[in-house]
Amino acid sequence: MKSAKLLNVFVLGVLRATFAAGCQKQPKNITTISGRQGGPGGLDMNPAIPGGGNNPVGKGETEERPLGDLPDAKIGDHNRAALAAQTVYFDFDRSAIRPSEQGKLDAVATYLKNTPNVQLLVEGHCDERGTEEYNRSLGERRAISAREYLLQKHGLSSERVTTASFGEDRPASLERTEEGYARNRRAEFVVIQ
Amino acid sequence: MNKSFLTIVWALVFSIHSLAQTSDPNVRIEVSGGVRVIPISLSGYKEDAASVLRFDLEVAGFEITDAEKAQYTLTGKNDGGQIEGRLQDRLSKAHLLAKAYTGENVRLQAHALADDVVLAITKVPGIARTKVVFKHEKSQGNSEIYISDYDGHNAKPVTTDNSIVAAPSFFPKKWHLFYTSYRSGFPWIYSHNLTDGERRPFAKFAGLNSGGVVSPDGTRVAMILSKAGSPDVWVANIDGTNLRQLTKTREDESSPCWSPDGTKICFASRVNERRSLLIIPAAGGQAVRLNTGGEPNPSEPDWAPDGKTIVFTSQPRAGFNICTVPAQGGPVQLLVAGEDPSWAPNSRTVIFTKRSGNKRTLSLLDVPTKRVKDTAQISGSRSQPSWAK
Repeated sequence: MKSAKLLNVFVLGVLRATFAAGCQKQPKNITTISGRQGGPGGLDMNPAIPGGGNNPVGKGETEERPLGDLPDAKIGDHNRAALAAQTVYFDFDRSAIRPSEQGKLDAVATYLKNTPNVQLLVEGHCDERGTEEYNRSLGERRAISAREYLLQKHGLSSERVTTASFGEDRPASLERTEEGYARNRRAEFVVIQ
Repeated sequence: MNKSFLTIVWALVFSIHSLAQTSDPNVRIEVSGGVRVIPISLSGYKEDAASVLRFDLEVAGFEITDAEKAQYTLTGKNDGGQIEGRLQDRLSKAHLLAKAYTGENVRLQAHALADDVVLAITKVPGIARTKVVFKHEKSQGNSEIYISDYDGHNAKPVTTDNSIVAAPSFFPKKWHLFYTSYRSGFPWIYSHNLTDGERRPFAKFAGLNSGGVVSPDGTRVAMILSKAGSPDVWVANIDGTNLRQLTKTREDESSPCWSPDGTKICFASRVNERRSLLIIPAAGGQAVRLNTGGEPNPSEPDWAPDGKTIVFTSQPRAGFNICTVPAQGGPVQLLVAGEDPSWAPNSRTVIFTKRSGNKRTLSLLDVPTKRVKDTAQISGSRSQPSWAK
């Protein structure tokens, strides 16, 4: 039919014009890429592990100019059993010591007064319902709350008690239930001898 | 019959005319709620070259389509240890690129081609050859720092301490990391030179040392220390001198990040019982709340390299969401479910963590188009990503 034929010619004309314009050969320029391009340290440079595990230059740990005052005496034998029963629990997203938990802290203070040669490490923990660094700070806030209670209510010396937050990295329970989460929101007491 | 024939002709003419108007490579077709992907066709590539090109272009906001629907065509081949590519604007016929790449390996050649395609069309350098650092958890409570290509491939360990790690970040423009490690038994911030493996504790105070981030000009470090009684934002010079406490609240601050001009620090805290993002002058002064509108419990902010936008995690009743807000304040956008975002050097792509049951994986978000691509991951959990800038 005449109209169909016209349409065909039209479409073919458009197609032909498209192809004619697009088929020029361009000169190729060849780039040799290397692992050193594309950013600091390059692309396939192996990251050097301290101690020269994979690295012929083999530098390792140094203590050059760290900021900090942590006495080495704190890094001793950890006794978790002694005060395991006194683990203190917290409300969601809170670091305040619940009145019902204070008795455990009193028991921790009594133990320390009766065992003069040990230090105490208070570990702060969270359930997983928070982002990781937020939880690291919240866990520290919980450990600090317990520590402050021991220092202020029981007069323990500040050098005897240190804190360490593990955020959500060391859960007591892997259950994704309210009960499981509640068991993770805690401060644990570790005796360092 | 003649009437319908004319209708067809007019429709054809009209649509060709409209297509011709959008052949300008810089035109983004704005649709309500987002930016449309740019259609591009690929032909002649096989196996790894094809999959790398496809992934890189999709992350960059392109859609791989058939030639008839494409705004651009990329044709070429990969063989004989070489990749070739010819990029053409399909409608204007302009030739934008004709290059070949040799050296290293196929993946890297394909990444290099993808970067050149992205640059030719968007005028912004591509990110296909950038690196990210992250926390890799092998088993519960056992994690190491790893570096990989931005797409998750080529992952390599940075630590082998059999301990717990957290919050890694790159020293700007250097092959050097700052991160938190518990290898001593306590959370300390370490400075680790990746060129020669030299590592030293940067901050080892009693209590918490975490979130160490080097300023964009490399002269200072912001971090969270609890040495003064609660987790606060502190700043020191990169050589450890001039240690100053910036926040003095009883609340728990976390996740400091620098403005690209190095004059301000954004961080998470609590104001009047409400979890908030705050911005404080790096030289000290008053912290000002950054309003995150209806997105509750904001944390883990990251400031885009172009200074304009802060991406962060919000935490509603269940789950986490990636959101953005203008750094000067303004409307907040909820983008996708996820947490702990980090900007790419292009101020457009974000890497973030997704949780699924016990497992954490890393994904890439193209903020304007909201497209998400999952990175490659074989085993374990990956989280806390940070992009080399």
